[in-house]
Amino acid sequence: MNFEFLGDNFMSLTVTGLTQGAIYALVALGYTLVYGVLRLINFAHSEVFMIGTFVTTIVWAGLGFGVGASAPGTFGVLGLIALAVVAAGAASGGTALIVERVAYRPLRKRNAPSLIFLISAIGASVALFELVGAITDRQPRGMPSLVQPKVQFTIFGADVTNLQIGIILSALAMLAGLDIFINRTRLGRGVRAVAQNPDVAALMGVNKDRVIMLIFVLGGMMAGAASVLYDVKVGITTYSVGFLIGIKAFTAAVLGGIGNLRGALLGGLLLGVVENYGAGVFGNEWMDVVAFVMLVVVLLFRPTGLLGESLGRARA
Amino acid sequence: MSERNNLLEVDNVTIRFGGVTALDGVDFSVKEGEILGLIGPNGAGKTTCFNAVTGVVKPTSGAIRFRGKTLVGQQRHKITRLGIARTFQNIRLFPEMTALENVQVGADARHKTSVVGALFRTWRVPVKPHELVEVDAKSGFGRAVQQVRRTGQRIFGLSRHTLEERAAKEKATELLKLVGIEHRAGELARSLAYGEQRRLEIARALATEPGLLCLDEPAAGFNPAEKESLLELIRKIRDTGVTVLLIEHDMRLVMGVTDRIVVLEFGKKIAEGTPAEVRENPAVIAAYLGVPTDAA
Repeated sequence: MNFEFLGDNFMSLTVTGLTQGAIYALVALGYTLVYGVLRLINFAHSEVFMIGTFVTTIVWAGLGFGVGASAPGTFGVLGLIALAVVAAGAASGGTALIVERVAYRPLRKRNAPSLIFLISAIGASVALFELVGAITDRQPRGMPSLVQPKVQFTIFGADVTNLQIGIILSALAMLAGLDIFINRTRLGRGVRAVAQNPDVAALMGVNKDRVIMLIFVLGGMMAGAASVLYDVKVGITTYSVGFLIGIKAFTAAVLGGIGNLRGALLGGLLLGVVENYGAGVFGNEWMDVVAFVMLVVVLLFRPTGLLGESLGRARA
Repeated sequence: MSERNNLLEVDNVTIRFGGVTALDGVDFSVKEGEILGLIGPNGAGKTTCFNAVTGVVKPTSGAIRFRGKTLVGQQRHKITRLGIARTFQNIRLFPEMTALENVQVGADARHKTSVVGALFRTWRVPVKPHELVEVDAKSGFGRAVQQVRRTGQRIFGLSRHTLEERAAKEKATELLKLVGIEHRAGELARSLAYGEQRRLEIARALATEPGLLCLDEPAAGFNPAEKESLLELIRKIRDTGVTVLLIEHDMRLVMGVTDRIVVLEFGKKIAEGTPAEVRENPAVIAAYLGVPTDAA
């Protein structure tokens, strides 16, 4: 154990953790939105994210920025990223919508028990995973490193790069936008109404199917945006990339209180930071052990997660 | 009384759950502008009848028509949009939303802008002077932002979505005033008092702009004073042009407010008529008291 290392690098571990956690949080939103409304864990969400990472590389390669290409100027890079967010958002949102249509809606029409939904979710996940695996020959796909990390400023001895600032700020902005959407707008009101009481919402004129489509698309779009940030940060992707990110994001959602948007943010950031501290103390190979031990410990004391469920039905 | 049009027709409706017949060939109609009472002992099928009208359960046989349109097999949110709204015997609000938001959900049923239109605010409407953003912020930055928004609204107009949102909020506030709980508008529904929750349900139902309002035991658990003010509210609602179908246990309340009454027992209609007629009907008295009427 190396507490000295943790002490010396506390701030830089924090910054790295926050960056990683911001991506977890964005993906976690997809789990939390769907769970909040349908009480369903959409295990296929990790593949929704994975498809976004590939669409990003395809768009960039199509514009002449394949592996090894040199990055254009600042505005060029921002343009490429914006374009990728639109494309990956559309692809991931569309994938999520297809999963809903094919894997969940038919079951809902038949009032299937929740175990069946779970199996269907796992089936959809494996199908997408293997589909992309087959298409890509299970080879990883590279991309140019568009953003060269450059230290912008230093706080308490930790270097903060432009890349880290960009990832954290854009994740926060998207989360804030979604939070306002759910809490302040008509469509968000419909989402909350269905989450709190689907039958009554229908009797008050809310189109339940449309609300469900909306949350799948929103969650998918957030995962798409997260996939672009991931690509910019990591620079390589493969068909199995969704698995660990998906599990971590799901963990983040549960940690913060699944069904709770702000909980997803808190859970994501906390998970990112704690696993980095853990890696600092015990070594990198212990990172995931620390992350999941923390989950178990938190759930022992707060079974509903740190912030509890809020989108969902009220507890009696 | 002049002959009015039938708003709702329940035509020979039978509903069976497994071996139990909850409604057995029930026939009645609700006329435009009246208050119709639906009464009967416990288990007579009153709530089942409501559930059939609002699309919660599907009749085994028979037809239900609203303004001549058949309702059987329609989706629930579509029935609401056709103009039927209801409250519940056991209160069912959206507990984690404010009172105002609960009513707004109902009002949203009348919103015309699509999801895409709402996201991109495509449909613009020229702005009227009093609808412009006020430039009244304290900080210079705030004023600058408001000035930009004001200019933007001058040039591009307001989106129909924005206008509809505002109208919905105004309507919701007005309805809260109508039922007398406007001072609790910002509170979460679950923290309202019992009587306020019942009133909030009525406001939410009215927000969907129904032609027919179905009230399922709205006075349950009320004291006499509260019942009296509820009666007044129901009359007020009728006077705004909404037809009311009322399920109620309390005979006095039903007699006091309804124009006509339909009596159910064991899923069958046993009587129909004005309150005075129904009160004198031997079958009704027997159903409620379980004794012959001319014992004297």
